[in-house]
Amino acid sequence: MSTTSVLGGVVKRREDPALIQGKGLYVDDVKLPGMLYAAFVRSPFAHARINSIDTAAALAMDGVRAVYTIDDVRHLGPLLAQLPVGKQRPLLADGMVNHAGEAVAMIVADSPYVAQDAVELVDVDYEPLAAIVDLKEAASDAALVHDDLESNTIIAWAGHEWWAGVIPGKDGSAEIEAAKQRDDVVIVSQEMVNQRLIPTAIEPRSVVADWNTGYDRITLYSSSQIIHAVAAAVAKTFGLPTNAVHGIAPEVGGGFGCKLNVYVDEILTCFASKDLDRPVKFTETRREAAVSTIQGRGWIGTATIVGTNDGEILGYEFDGIADMGAYSQNITIAIPLLGVYVAQGQYDIPLSFNIKGVHTHTMTTDAYRGAGRPEAAYYIERIVDIYARKIGMDPAEVRRKNYFKKEQFPATTAIGLTMDSGDYEKSLDAMLEGVGWSDLLAERDQAQAAGRHVGIGLSSYVEVCGFGPSILAEFGFSFDGYGAPSAFTGTGLVRVNTDGSATVIIGTGPSGQGHETAWAQIVADGLGIPMEHVTVLHGDTKESPFGVGTFGSRSIAVDGAAAYGATAEVRTKAAAIAAHLLEASADDIRFEDGSAHVAGSPDKAVSWADIAKAAHRPHMLPEGMAGGLEAVNYFDPPNATWPFGTHLAMVEVDPETGNFDILRYVTVDDCGNVVNPMIVDGQVHGGITQGVAQAVLEEAIYDQDGNLLTPSLMDYPIPTASDVPSFELHRTVTPTDVNPLGVKGIGEAGTIGSAQTIVNAVVDALAPLGVEHIEMPLRPRRVWQAIQDAKGA
Amino acid sequence: MQVSMTVNGNTVSEDVEARTLLVHFIREQLLLTGTHVGCETSYCGACTVHVNGEAIKSCTMLAVQADGAEITTIEGLAEGDELHPVQEGFWERHGLQCGYCTPGMIMSGVALLADNPSPTEAEIRHGIEGNLCRCTGYHNIVRSIEYAAAKMRGETPPPAEWEEASA
Amino acid sequence: MYPREFDYLAVGSIDEAVSALAANPGAKVMSGGMSLIPMMKLRLLSPETVVDIGRVAGLDQIEDKGDHISIGALVRHAAVAASPILAEHAKALTQAASWTGDRQVRTRGTLAGALAHADLAADSPAAVLALGATMVAQGPGGTREIAAGEFFVDTLTSALSLDEILIEVRIPKKGGASAYDKLGRRGGHSDYAVAGAAAWVAMDGGTVSDCAVALTGVGTKPQLALGVMEALTGNAGDTVAAAAERATEGVTVLEDLYGSEEYKAHLAKVYVRRALEQAIA
Repeated sequence: MSTTSVLGGVVKRREDPALIQGKGLYVDDVKLPGMLYAAFVRSPFAHARINSIDTAAALAMDGVRAVYTIDDVRHLGPLLAQLPVGKQRPLLADGMVNHAGEAVAMIVADSPYVAQDAVELVDVDYEPLAAIVDLKEAASDAALVHDDLESNTIIAWAGHEWWAGVIPGKDGSAEIEAAKQRDDVVIVSQEMVNQRLIPTAIEPRSVVADWNTGYDRITLYSSSQIIHAVAAAVAKTFGLPTNAVHGIAPEVGGGFGCKLNVYVDEILTCFASKDLDRPVKFTETRREAAVSTIQGRGWIGTATIVGTNDGEILGYEFDGIADMGAYSQNITIAIPLLGVYVAQGQYDIPLSFNIKGVHTHTMTTDAYRGAGRPEAAYYIERIVDIYARKIGMDPAEVRRKNYFKKEQFPATTAIGLTMDSGDYEKSLDAMLEGVGWSDLLAERDQAQAAGRHVGIGLSSYVEVCGFGPSILAEFGFSFDGYGAPSAFTGTGLVRVNTDGSATVIIGTGPSGQGHETAWAQIVADGLGIPMEHVTVLHGDTKESPFGVGTFGSRSIAVDGAAAYGATAEVRTKAAAIAAHLLEASADDIRFEDGSAHVAGSPDKAVSWADIAKAAHRPHMLPEGMAGGLEAVNYFDPPNATWPFGTHLAMVEVDPETGNFDILRYVTVDDCGNVVNPMIVDGQVHGGITQGVAQAVLEEAIYDQDGNLLTPSLMDYPIPTASDVPSFELHRTVTPTDVNPLGVKGIGEAGTIGSAQTIVNAVVDALAPLGVEHIEMPLRPRRVWQAIQDAKGA
Repeated sequence: MQVSMTVNGNTVSEDVEARTLLVHFIREQLLLTGTHVGCETSYCGACTVHVNGEAIKSCTMLAVQADGAEITTIEGLAEGDELHPVQEGFWERHGLQCGYCTPGMIMSGVALLADNPSPTEAEIRHGIEGNLCRCTGYHNIVRSIEYAAAKMRGETPPPAEWEEASA
Repeated sequence: MYPREFDYLAVGSIDEAVSALAANPGAKVMSGGMSLIPMMKLRLLSPETVVDIGRVAGLDQIEDKGDHISIGALVRHAAVAASPILAEHAKALTQAASWTGDRQVRTRGTLAGALAHADLAADSPAAVLALGATMVAQGPGGTREIAAGEFFVDTLTSALSLDEILIEVRIPKKGGASAYDKLGRRGGHSDYAVAGAAAWVAMDGGTVSDCAVALTGVGTKPQLALGVMEALTGNAGDTVAAAAERATEGVTVLEDLYGSEEYKAHLAKVYVRRALEQAIA
């Protein structure tokens, strides 16, 4: 590291000047000559047979260029999915519709206004059929969502056998059953819903396709977290080589998983662009986003703990059903698996975890911030709280008693995975000391004695992210379903330009995470050059080697490590060049303040510009050294990373209305080393808020006919500034050894730790009234009802 | 229909349909794409601009309603190279992540401080309820507006939390 | 997001607007557009003609007329919320206005527009009911006065006929004190009311000499809680809780996404009591 290290320090974001001046380029800002606009005719029914589609009136309308139905695109096959298990989505409804909002026909017109007018002129004759929405009903197979499948259940994950036996997991069922038979144990069990959510990035998804039929090349702008995979999927669908599709994801206005997918509009705009020989844009409206962009969560399950009266957990079992929606898209079926990974939380306890995924007549589910891990954390942390209350023990001490201990790391989980590093007691202690735990409990007790309903909720969490190693690709951790058989390796290309500045090209797909700043810190630090001399490029398949994208809190731990590795390679070569120019030994070269000098002789120096010049004039290089000064690194992490932490909330409930206020929200997060604390804190703030939103506000509500009752921001209330407090953040640092930066990941941690923290706090506030559990979201009506039910019990 | 208005100090005159929303006029006809669209029910506020000095949602106003008005969009906020204090606050205090809600949020912040130069945290939060952000949890947006408020009052902004942490 | 086509008429006077309405059946009046434009964007409403009264001069005043306060058709929620004279004589209305929508919506949206829209969960209707306001409407036959109690007919339906425009709201200066309180759909005071109540109370010593209480969000329309008014008038101020128990007498309580019938009926009582307590305090 150079003496002027920018790694680990606060650096203002280089992304911001454009964004705060309205100069950021998002896909909907792209306007190409001759561009046409697409709109979709969508099904008003969740399940119906299509008897006919009459497009004549729409086609006859002024300004309408085309109306497409499945007959036009059936030959392209269904929408590709990475894990095409269960039913794949047709590009447009093929004889049946299976969820409300499913695309039935596509209009292409001169303006979005005209396109929307034409949508109303398409006459579809539907024959409505009964819809299956309820998860238990779906799991019963009493009726089938898709007649051509044998069962609605398309996947069943048993924790101990998740990886086809390659990693032998331990099935805790026998042990747990034995524990249940003991007469000195407490058994607590609770069925809980982890409700459906609509991800709701503020930027609706948008795509612009421009198929140049002369060159047979497609330029595709898409607001995607995985632009390389999208480009590959388009190429595969149309039988083109991958590099015939130039994918560009410019600024992406939030993703949270909903842009970690390939969508029919990305395929269909390309099709239309070729057919009409014009660029075609599609930007979803908010209501369309609600019914045609993936949703998240949607679990129901029963969590059970068997434990002793003094807080030793003898086993944890979970049996649940996860809603897959009507069709499998990218990694729909794998979301529950990500929950399996962290099912046991921070606790070294026997585990029996079973979950199955079922089709229903609703929109597809897939990765939404946390993806399986918030669900898993919710169940274990709720039931641990219920257990602690049952045995009358301090919830902090119950947790502490069952933690994996610091000396156990690297620790092996029940399902056979190895957790890289952890010190859970340190995190808990930082929280308890930070808030003054005993004083805080006394404050609560005093308030309760005074008739106020104040409660404190605590949650531990462990996350798994930055997935690797690459052997996982053989088990689905890849995009080969889209024709891109890369593992989830990191990509970093570092190039020193002829003037001594550096260009970094990365394979991530940021949507607000500050990658340009963080990567510039890594590379500037590694080369000893000013950050202003580093340019970071991303989101362009033409510039970058294959990039996996941004999801699963992987970017810094995997792609950041690749940039770090490439930087080290460049530095090694630069040292050799400098040594040659200075007639010194490469071992003695030190990089500092934009130049290289010989150790102990600061005057004997060459600038990066000198080194770059030599690198591009091979005759100036040492004998046999090739020209150029760049390196590309594909980082294959030996393991995933396992961040962890502790959350605490203090709430006050108005029992008369069920309304409550969050008085305090405190976190202690541990994501290993930190590249930029400011950015890490920002990720935590946003993560907490999305978890709090699940706990308090948000729910995708379907009626029994499969109509989504909450398609707009009016009915689906994402938090406003008045719905959350300022947060109190603390950090512990437990580095990982799975990457050279020692970093883990922080994008999802806030969300994984927070929903149950709020529920635990509200239940704590109402425990004196006899309330034991309340289903999320804790809307006032639910909280009030829980109080009435407890009174009546 | 013909409309004329002043946008960021420039007079513009264009033909529009009666149904053209002001936000579409600004984005598609004037090519000022810093003003964004995030919903259709007037909840998200990504389209917030100033009309005659007041922050309004340009998705809930027809272009024809703005005939004769003076409009400022995010592109017109900075004075040349000098950022408006609210823009500066967002940069200094990490008030944005993906940046999509940011132009609308900044325009609301500017209007809020024009009415109330010394808002409390609760007043700031109430004042930006019409602007939804999915990334920041609002924590640093509040800090950004507090920064700008201090700056505009001629005071030294409070230190950033990370500065406090290292102090 | 994209409204259907329509004809747009920007009028210079209310007379002109009334003529335009008469000449264009199926036309809608627009002032701030905060209710109308979202519905048009969702294509839930597609008038053939939009008559924009937003440019009519002189309608944006809040004026003290001696025995009442006159609020013009183009007075925005923000102006209502910030009005000192309304804060003095019609606190319930300024509170309702300050919790309506959000800052931008309050900046564009008008009180009269919101009242004419007659949303069953809007804030201001409860306040004007409790304050005993008079609505002044102008139609082809001239102007007429409509008591607030007669104005809200049903969900999204006011007593205005299709060719009439609400041009003024008159708040009587009848002494006493008023308050508005609610539970918003997001919790706290944010967003439309799950349930809300406005109360106006005149005290004579410790006795309630006169009162009016109105509900919003609870039933099919904003309406007076006549049972509460009957129970409280002539009784001591400390009988508020008992009177509030009659909050939903004669009210058809509606279940929706935000609450069961039982819950909303319960909230009606809670917020009637709270509004009364605040008015009396």
